Amino acid sequence: MQLDEFFVTGEPLIYAGMVSIVLVSATVIFLLTYFKRWKWLWNEWLTTVDHKKIGIMYILSALAMLFRGGVDALMMRTQLAFPDMNFLNSQHYNEVFTTHGTIMIIFMAMPFLIGLMNIIVPLQIGARDFAFPFLNAVSFWSFFFGALLFNLSFVIGGAPDAGWTNYAPLAGSELSPGPGINFYLLGLQLSGIGTLATGINLMVTILRMRAPGMTLMKMPIFTWSTLITTFIIIFAFPILTIALALMTIDRIFGSHFFTLTGEGLPMMWANLFWMWGHPEVYIVILPAFGIFSEVIASFAQKQIFGYKAMVGAIVIIAGLSFVVWVHHFFTMGAGAFVNSVFSITTMMIAIPTGVKIFNWLATLYKSKIIFSAPMLWSLAFIPSFTIGGVTGVMLGMAAADYQYHNTYFLVSHFHYVLIPGTVFACFAGLIFWYPKMFGHKLNERIGKWAFWLFLIGFHLCFFPQYFLGLDGMARRIFTVGPEWFTLNFVSTMGAFLMGLGFIVFVHCVIYSFRFSPRNIEGDSWGYGRTLEWATPTPIPKYNFATLPEIESHDALIDMKEKGQTTFDRDKLEPIHMPSYTGQPFIMAAIMFFASFALVFEWITLAVIGLAGIIVMMIIRSFDYDEGYHIEVDEVIETEKKARGMTDE
Amino acid sequence: MEKKQNKYPVNHIIGFALSITLTIVAAWTALSSDLPVMWIIIAIMALAVIQAGIQLFMFMHITERGATHAPWNMMFHAFVIAAIVVAGSLFTMSFGFTHDHGGGDHHDESGAESHEESHDDHEGH
Amino acid sequence: MSEQKTDDVALEYSTHQGQMNIVGFWIFLAAEISLFSTLFATYAVLFGRTAGAPEPAELFEAGTVLIMTFILLTSSFTCGLAIHNMREGSLKGLMIWLGITLLLGLGFLGFEIYEFVHYAHEGATIGSSAFWSGFFTLTGTHGVHVTLGVGWMIAILIQLKQRGLTAVTTRKVFIVGLYWHFLDVIWIFIFTSVYMIGMVV
Repeated sequence: MQLDEFFVTGEPLIYAGMVSIVLVSATVIFLLTYFKRWKWLWNEWLTTVDHKKIGIMYILSALAMLFRGGVDALMMRTQLAFPDMNFLNSQHYNEVFTTHGTIMIIFMAMPFLIGLMNIIVPLQIGARDFAFPFLNAVSFWSFFFGALLFNLSFVIGGAPDAGWTNYAPLAGSELSPGPGINFYLLGLQLSGIGTLATGINLMVTILRMRAPGMTLMKMPIFTWSTLITTFIIIFAFPILTIALALMTIDRIFGSHFFTLTGEGLPMMWANLFWMWGHPEVYIVILPAFGIFSEVIASFAQKQIFGYKAMVGAIVIIAGLSFVVWVHHFFTMGAGAFVNSVFSITTMMIAIPTGVKIFNWLATLYKSKIIFSAPMLWSLAFIPSFTIGGVTGVMLGMAAADYQYHNTYFLVSHFHYVLIPGTVFACFAGLIFWYPKMFGHKLNERIGKWAFWLFLIGFHLCFFPQYFLGLDGMARRIFTVGPEWFTLNFVSTMGAFLMGLGFIVFVHCVIYSFRFSPRNIEGDSWGYGRTLEWATPTPIPKYNFATLPEIESHDALIDMKEKGQTTFDRDKLEPIHMPSYTGQPFIMAAIMFFASFALVFEWITLAVIGLAGIIVMMIIRSFDYDEGYHIEVDEVIETEKKARGMTDE
Repeated sequence: MEKKQNKYPVNHIIGFALSITLTIVAAWTALSSDLPVMWIIIAIMALAVIQAGIQLFMFMHITERGATHAPWNMMFHAFVIAAIVVAGSLFTMSFGFTHDHGGGDHHDESGAESHEESHDDHEGH
Repeated sequence: MSEQKTDDVALEYSTHQGQMNIVGFWIFLAAEISLFSTLFATYAVLFGRTAGAPEPAELFEAGTVLIMTFILLTSSFTCGLAIHNMREGSLKGLMIWLGITLLLGLGFLGFEIYEFVHYAHEGATIGSSAFWSGFFTLTGTHGVHVTLGVGWMIAILIQLKQRGLTAVTTRKVFIVGLYWHFLDVIWIFIFTSVYMIGMVV
């Protein structure tokens, strides 16, 4: 292989990308060396098994991916701003929409939510950490290296270009030779392993590590939505694992699952992909619903309306999510009967979702609303998401779908559910729980600026796209005709406004880091209802010194009434802690090596990598490190300091 | 350690004998009986489900306390999902059995029969 | 929440961590069912798509398949006996039965490799047609699982030799036992829906 086949050449934008990667990496290395922080990086972060730190790393990675996916989006919108633009060529445009979609779903939405779950769920249920802290670190690093592998593709080997759905036969080896699609397959496979492990880990954590007295129906809603999400992850992700594996075998080892030769069935890929893909959209929306429920209940200063109906709705949505996948390819030609069945199941999803919308409205009804930044994101979510949901029902009608399919109507629909649903929830959750993560709040004034810019930009960007779709503008075309100019231009303006909103948000983070008052209140907003606000800020590494008996799903409200805290001197015991270890990082790095070799079909190197993974598993199996205990004296000392108590 | 079970592993021996017997019955049904193909498929799939139950309840102690309800709950849902995945794929892709690119008649047959297999799977749980 | 031991249950359940590991593994097995069901679905959809390669009914041999099935069923039984011995507190019995299980697993793999080589010789490989791709991937994935199980058992046997019966080692044995029985469940479905139906149709 020649070097110029290995690196992508001939594109000025990509050369700029390479230069910026080299510059950023060099800066990071320089800063770490200059401030002598290598050891700190390794000891405090790369080897950590603490759920709070892993959660922070998830969120930082997700924000970086939001930036990357956002830049992709702006490049696409620039290309579409004027008729017959020449900013991106067709091949480059294909690569950009592929990486945009894949990164936003797999490497932005999911890790962001999983990061919030990592930090908040153990705190909400009163747990010391995850059930399997080591596995949690493995999950994070396999996601991280999966994302790294996928992102490498645009400078090394060439980016995938078959859409985020990667349909066969286009993605097969005859029509897409080279490493591009392999990057997609193996990058997703690697991070998928991490997601599945997190799903199992969180489910066991929620089922087995709740505070005394906290029955399932006394769990906070966000924990409930996480539990149901893990259920979907556990059953949906193996389907993706197999689908990706089959296509990898097709491409590298010459089998005939999705090929045109050997009587393969390319449409089976669509079937398997969406059998995972539809549950996947609920994996990214249900935790978002949970976040909104927490934020709305807190800032409406009311108990969430219809707690049981909320839980029931989540469960029903999860169940339905497994029986609607065909609506993504009604036009495949499966026949009227098949389409009718899936049309009905699809429309049924609107019922439990509607229940949730009305519950949020009922929670707000006659309440005293505090218009904080997280609350603004949540309030904006309700009407925006409803627009997306209603157009979803339109798409769900199989006969009408033949008109909407593959147009900007669809593009607008799924952005209307994913952005107000997932992205707004990520912002709301991040701002809401920010004090618990970093010990200070984000600046409210700048945060609200970011919100308004982003919200207006969002509607300006995507609302016109419904009409472009109805006018017949097809999805994924790389130039537009003059008849679609006005609406496309408006849309592009909106996209840049969203970009501006993101920049203001980043400014808000930096500004708050420098100037926000360091806040030592455990209940940072003063409106907290659940157990995570009962811990002191910053949270001690063991989370809870002691736990009270939980009597309702608003645990903190009860505790305040009774004057209880999570520091009861009579109940103190030594706390068991897991040891930090570098094994997860090393194991995931070897997996990265093996996957990278497989991308370029260097089988010998891949086998060596596989052997390395097995060696790491054996090392882990023989590792009997049982962690250590934090003694009572140290707990008392930490709690006193964190709570600002003096000796009595 | 408690002695709630017998010194002699009766459960295991019964389970083993049953699974060997069921395997032989299934093989005989498939290879030597004169039943119509559809009935053979239904019968042997039913036998397979029973055997899976033997493994889960007699060998894997699925209902054992100390592990709470999660195991059988998740196993139950796993079988439901499996039925959805297999039957749903066959249902969705059934157009492929007839609209095949130049495929022969045998595809029609196999499609119809595989269908029965999945139906049985569905009822079995 | 940490290491309190409870005395009225078997050793592998005696710590909270042990219980969580076992529950976690059950949940993993549920995910594995979803994984294998996808392979079964693919195999079923691609059934009959042999594209000129040999038909399954021409190649499947009832004798070999029945022997493989009996070997795996027996290994599941011996694995159950190993767990039984463990609960009786007999380290020796546990190690002997686990060793036998391991050997039976190797025997099964031997037959499977023979079978694959034989099919390849007759002109049916993973690249022959969609049907054979589905067949080799489904049975091959099961075979890879068995191989991993054998390696895992070896690692656990060494640890048992080193440490005897403790809360941690018994939990590991119990979990590998679950895994082994689970592979038997999957094989029952492969035996039925791949081999038996493949020979009938």
